[in-house]
Amino acid sequence: MAAFGVSCGAAASYRLFLGGRVSFARGQGLWKAAAAKLQRSLGCQILRLRHTTVVTTRKNVTALRRETYTVDFIKKQIEEFNIGKRHLANMMGEDPETFTQEDIDRAIAYLFPSGLFEKRARPVMKHPEEIFPKQRAIQWGEDGRPFHFLFYTGKQSYYSLMHGAYGKLLDVENRQDQLRAKGLFSEKTKAKDPIGSRWLIKEELEEMLVEKLSDQDYAQFIRLLERLSALPCDEAEEEFVGRFRRSVTIQSKKQLIEPVQYDEKGMAFSTGRGNRKTAKAEVAVYDHGSGKIEVNGVDYLLYFPVTQDREQLMFPFHFLDRLGQHDVTCTVSGGGRAAQAGAIRLATARALCSFVSEDQVEWMRQGASSAGLLTADPRVRERKKPGQEGARRKFTWKKR
Amino acid sequence: MVPGSVLPRLLGAGVRRRPLQLHLVQTATPGPAGPSGRTLGSAAASAAREPERSSDLNERILSEPLKHFDFFNVKELFSVRSLFDARVHLGHKAGCRHRFMEPYIFGSRLDQDIIDLEQTATHLQLALNFTAHVAYRGGIILFVSRKRQFSHLIENVARDCGEYAHTRYFKGGLLTNAPLLLGPMVRLPDLIIFLHTLNNVFEPHIAVRDAAKMNIPTVGIVDTNCNPSLITYPVPGNDDSPVAVQLFCRLFRTSIRRAKEKRKQVEALYRLQGQESSKGRGPADPPSPGVQAELDLGHSP
Repeated sequence: MAAFGVSCGAAASYRLFLGGRVSFARGQGLWKAAAAKLQRSLGCQILRLRHTTVVTTRKNVTALRRETYTVDFIKKQIEEFNIGKRHLANMMGEDPETFTQEDIDRAIAYLFPSGLFEKRARPVMKHPEEIFPKQRAIQWGEDGRPFHFLFYTGKQSYYSLMHGAYGKLLDVENRQDQLRAKGLFSEKTKAKDPIGSRWLIKEELEEMLVEKLSDQDYAQFIRLLERLSALPCDEAEEEFVGRFRRSVTIQSKKQLIEPVQYDEKGMAFSTGRGNRKTAKAEVAVYDHGSGKIEVNGVDYLLYFPVTQDREQLMFPFHFLDRLGQHDVTCTVSGGGRAAQAGAIRLATARALCSFVSEDQVEWMRQGASSAGLLTADPRVRERKKPGQEGARRKFTWKKR
Repeated sequence: MVPGSVLPRLLGAGVRRRPLQLHLVQTATPGPAGPSGRTLGSAAASAAREPERSSDLNERILSEPLKHFDFFNVKELFSVRSLFDARVHLGHKAGCRHRFMEPYIFGSRLDQDIIDLEQTATHLQLALNFTAHVAYRGGIILFVSRKRQFSHLIENVARDCGEYAHTRYFKGGLLTNAPLLLGPMVRLPDLIIFLHTLNNVFEPHIAVRDAAKMNIPTVGIVDTNCNPSLITYPVPGNDDSPVAVQLFCRLFRTSIRRAKEKRKQVEALYRLQGQESSKGRGPADPPSPGVQAELDLGHSP
């Protein structure tokens, strides 16, 4: 570590700071004090913050409301990051040319092991583009004339986007009118958008435009895009609209029904898992049986002396009118007596799905029993709170 | 409306010479070329090449157009007939009439007010002339309107001229609190052109009052239900028909373009002059009569 501190002091050191945002809401005074203390205590220059910030005290609030990083500062940070990356690669004994971001993360995690729970508070070494928020360069030239023709609206990127989108809408409508005039207009039904894409969310749009938006602005923009996409568009317009759609991974909520498996003797069986409170159960249900149930190698009559538990076990079969038709072998661990019974019940219900038709599966799910046969019971033991005797029970209230 | 009596007012009125000149002289390094294409690139380059370019030439470039009544010949861009064809004379119903618009109203036909196009022509000539002068001197022109129907058109017009537009929701302190909203060292517009003086709820646009507060001259198309008092160069006319609005947009665009081209020509000419004189004679020679002729050619006889 000494070599690290001394040899690459200038280069690598600056880049490592206690991750997260450099700018705090509270102001720089706190941050710099903490940094200075850390420097003194550790004795090596891990933290060296250099950026042009106006330190605002409570009394004089200057015009700069948030940190503005100059272009030179960012460039210098990028250079230092690259040099530091090479040093890190040398330290880890790897090739500096092919040192990727994942390698950097692994190296930092190795060199600076941190037990902090908050992942964002751990040491981080990332490209400055990802750390410093994107900012607008100065919007006007030497003579003071702004570059963008909508500069004086305040939200130039957003309004120019709206202007562009509306322009495209007008083009499409003009084209339609021309076609209609020529008589070539055909009512083309547009291919329905696949469900795998969604509109950009407001935060993503703000990030894209580097501008703050209000909810109404965002809603207006989305409405305009919807209107544009509803018309028969050209490729250019499709591409324009496509820029504001993101794909969505579809998670199928359908429960996969396992096919029936066959063991050595040719008997059809199916497995299922279930849990309840802390109990976990694994069950194998055999077809063409006689209603025997074996739990952890022991007959169910001996394992569950209480009638209520045995009723729980038999309920899935009773529901499907298959009481004496299946054999069950199961293993269960954890929990108490009723929990284990509930776990086995859920497991057998799931296993029975493969022996049974689709409609009956739906019926099982929504049918007679209060929570459905195929739903795992989410209730767990509620923790005891301080100042109370139990989870809910309070101490005896005394009037005086 | 006697032009002569108006002329002295025009010469002394709103054109802010000093700040505009400062921008010209201060450029030591060539500035970046913006998307409008019209920066002081040429001026800066020539200034760099001829550091001793006398300020007389600068003075001449700026003062020469002011000696003529209609230097950019904006009168030829329109006529009373063309205004009539574009339905500029149609006002609102007599019930909507604003008290201060009464001098500009010719009369009323079937309860609809008719605007006096003779007065409109005079006011429009003054307004276009002023716009052209501001554009010639490199001023920032802001087109303001709050009618959604024409927002796209006006933004396109502004972009074509290389100027600026604001046809969206006008934030409160945009002009009066500009350093906070737009940036610390922002330059405010030098002219604001209102194609619609009223906002969506038929009240005067906030920018009218704010421009008056910030000493920014305004040109505005005032209909019979608008208040022309705070506007420097009011142009009584119809602001509701698409034909009329398109006509006005075309007129403003043409006059701005003309002025900018004129400026480029004059500067190119002076650059040539300067090069010739530095090659042949001394730099202290007065510019040749060729320049004088060039400057004189532009204005109307």
